[in-house]
Amino acid sequence: MEHYTMNLTLKVWKQKNANTAGSFETYQVKDISSEMSFLEMFDVLNEQLIRDGREPIAFDHDCREGICGMCSMYINGRPHGPWHGTTTCQLHMRAFKDGDTIVVEPWRANAFPVVKDLVVDRTSFDRIIQAGGYISANTGSAVDGNAIPIDKNKADKAFAAAACIGCGACVAACKNSSAMLFVSAKVSHLALLPQGDVERKSRVLNMVSQMDKEGFGSCTFTQACEAVCPKEISVSNISRLNAEYIVAGLTSENS
Amino acid sequence: MLDSKIPAGKLEEKWVDYKGHCKLVNPANKRKLEIIIVGTGLAGASAAAALAEQGYKVKAYCFQDSPRRAHSIAAQGGINAAKNYQNDGDSVFRLFYDTIKGGDYRAREANVHRLAEVSANIIDQCVAQGVPFAREYGGLLNNRSFGGTQVKRTFYAAGQTGQQLLIGAYQALERQVALGNVTMYNRHEMLEVVVIDGKARGIIARDLVTGKLERHFGHAVLLCTGGYGNVFYLSTNAMGSNVTAAWKAHRKGALFANPCFTQIHPTCIPVTGDHQSKLTLMSESLRNDGRIWVPKKQNDTRKANEIPEEERDYFLERRYPAFGNLVPRDVASRAAKERCDAGYGVGTTRQAVYLDFRYNLINKYGRAEASKKGIQNPDEATLVAFGKEVVKEEYGNLFDMYEKITGENPYEVPMRIYPAVHYTMGGLWVDYELMTNVPGLYSLGEANFSDHGANRLGASALMQGLADGYFVVPYTIGNYLADEIATKPIPVSHEAFETAEKSVSDRISTLMNIKGKQTVESFHKRLGKIMWEKCGMARNAQGLQEAIKEIQALKKEFWSDVRIPGDINEMNPELDKAGRVADFIELGELMCIDALDRNESCGGHFREEYQTPDGEALRQDDKHMYVAAWEMKGEHQWQLHKEELKYDVIKPTQRNYK
Repeated sequence: MEHYTMNLTLKVWKQKNANTAGSFETYQVKDISSEMSFLEMFDVLNEQLIRDGREPIAFDHDCREGICGMCSMYINGRPHGPWHGTTTCQLHMRAFKDGDTIVVEPWRANAFPVVKDLVVDRTSFDRIIQAGGYISANTGSAVDGNAIPIDKNKADKAFAAAACIGCGACVAACKNSSAMLFVSAKVSHLALLPQGDVERKSRVLNMVSQMDKEGFGSCTFTQACEAVCPKEISVSNISRLNAEYIVAGLTSENS
Repeated sequence: MLDSKIPAGKLEEKWVDYKGHCKLVNPANKRKLEIIIVGTGLAGASAAAALAEQGYKVKAYCFQDSPRRAHSIAAQGGINAAKNYQNDGDSVFRLFYDTIKGGDYRAREANVHRLAEVSANIIDQCVAQGVPFAREYGGLLNNRSFGGTQVKRTFYAAGQTGQQLLIGAYQALERQVALGNVTMYNRHEMLEVVVIDGKARGIIARDLVTGKLERHFGHAVLLCTGGYGNVFYLSTNAMGSNVTAAWKAHRKGALFANPCFTQIHPTCIPVTGDHQSKLTLMSESLRNDGRIWVPKKQNDTRKANEIPEEERDYFLERRYPAFGNLVPRDVASRAAKERCDAGYGVGTTRQAVYLDFRYNLINKYGRAEASKKGIQNPDEATLVAFGKEVVKEEYGNLFDMYEKITGENPYEVPMRIYPAVHYTMGGLWVDYELMTNVPGLYSLGEANFSDHGANRLGASALMQGLADGYFVVPYTIGNYLADEIATKPIPVSHEAFETAEKSVSDRISTLMNIKGKQTVESFHKRLGKIMWEKCGMARNAQGLQEAIKEIQALKKEFWSDVRIPGDINEMNPELDKAGRVADFIELGELMCIDALDRNESCGGHFREEYQTPDGEALRQDDKHMYVAAWEMKGEHQWQLHKEELKYDVIKPTQRNYK
């Protein structure tokens, strides 16, 4: 693979805190290697800003290997940037060319208020999980791991849904700021497994109710969420959630 | 000599006896007892969930925006358990034995045996929580093999096992948050332990959004804050992974054990340039199916696929025929370094070896699939196509990740890999009950030193984190808290909280007021370079002595010339990082002191002066059969305390993987 260097113009959202209005600032970066990751390019910019006595740009990041779900940049109008199935931290600079202008914004959604610059508050996701995104199995009470065989196809589907990293790109991409892909991935993960069956109905009802309370929008099934999901979570999970929700609503003992 | 409080009796009865006799706290009293848990990775989240389920009032802290982001999430390959589901001869004893041997006889027998005993419970618990482990078509759990073992005891979920286990623990934790048993503090960093009358009674934490310092009381404090691999700057750790919580405890009197025992993982994506911010692991599970090789000719510049089979040196299979590509990590790393240093490395930097899947893709998976489909005499293209499908299912995410980072397709060309810092076996000294020498202060998971000796086996970190959190500390903490039921919560206006907060706030002001010229990052990089070159995969006395001087000078320079932008009372990632790097600098010095003091080679600690004629680690059991636990006495001053290691069951020998 040929490596090259590039000079870029960056337009980055700067916002002091949740209570202050923000605006775009323009920066120039030089000699960026095509082998760098997108966040390493931001490291270079921040180092330069600190040396120049200017304020660096705050952004969330941690594992830098696409699994913790912390990084969250809206790059050129797309959550996590141009590459399919890729988090911001795994996006590499060979996706860009010399002279490009790159626009970087935070996730935008009422349920994800901006904390600072590109950092947003995603604790609404934690509260949705608190509403029912678990199996109530106290430590020490479990039967042998092989006591209940699980159909491999179902286990694989549960895994595919459980691969969600909770980054919130689905919400950021959605014109309605809906969290349906995130919620449906958790509902599917647990509903597909026999262990999750007991709380199946209350789970879906409570999680959806919490999702609405948090101010996420409705799902109109435009599927933008799946298109930008770094873990390629399928919208078929949304269909499953809808089916689970209807059945639960009609048959739940509590309804 | 330190007292590790190992129960008397036969090895296999110690834990059962302990559980049968330790003190208990009744449910009504548990509700009056508050426990602080710092860190929400596998150890912290599992401890928080398990203790809250029992009724304790738990307060949990993480520096990330959600407990689900802790770096346990990045563990790839799997988790060991002595289930013997494969009928291949596994047992509690074998897991115990492999772990002790893998650790090069520098771990405690009693701790490791307990770990092996509870390993099976972990799998059961995780399955009950809905962790989607890999399964066979019959619906039963699947296993694979990891380094340093000859059985298949590793449970996995593709290359995302850590993620799935952490999500399980996180969900159990969030359930307890919903029930009101856990109060969660996201984006908070612990900056001091509060000790009152000799006992840990709370912490000072900084809210990383507002910058405000907060005082929190607890009847006990658990540090589950992971390892310190980022002292090397470049490592497979997350960017935020740090030693700060453990280091604050160390400065408050907790002993730091075996700091020089660091694990360099053999299969990571090589460094590409100075811009590099971290290194990415390619799971050890890949060594099940990938064969490691270099060209037989020095400085061979041909492409991998142009080098014919007979001109390839499968050096691990050659040197270690019994374990082949699945030797322990320390052995594999040194062997790769040896080849590269000798001029056989590949890639543009020549600091890499190949990890090649083609053989197993065709012969193992391709043929099996062809046979299943009843295809006689399939051609190579068919075998490759079939093999790819299976490999994709086993390791798909890892292959994708490799391609995103390097731009090369590992289904077509071999991966290029090189060793990188991955895990730290050293950590806070704890006794059998996971308590440090400071009463009421515990340490769990990678943050403690306890179970892996001088080298950790693959798929054992997840096992230890969850063992400590789900199955060990829920018993051992009761033994301490049973005597604390009359202790009323101490108001945070207590002078010890006052003093602790003041010391934190003074240090932050000092850092901010330096207003020097050099960035935090530049200091961290320089520290990393010293550590990697002089306290890395191979160490010697002269290099370590130089490193100590260089680090001392670096510390001075840091405290007089670091530049931290922004303010104290706002979100300020540079300030957060500055505090962590300052602690790493002090730790780096101690690591070199420890490495210099340990005049032997064992596991990941390879002193060039101590090796066998064929380059294997040469232990000095008569002189160094102990845990080195360091007490901080003042600036640049530490005192060594020793905990003697007694092997009652296993007879230490020269490790042999040949």
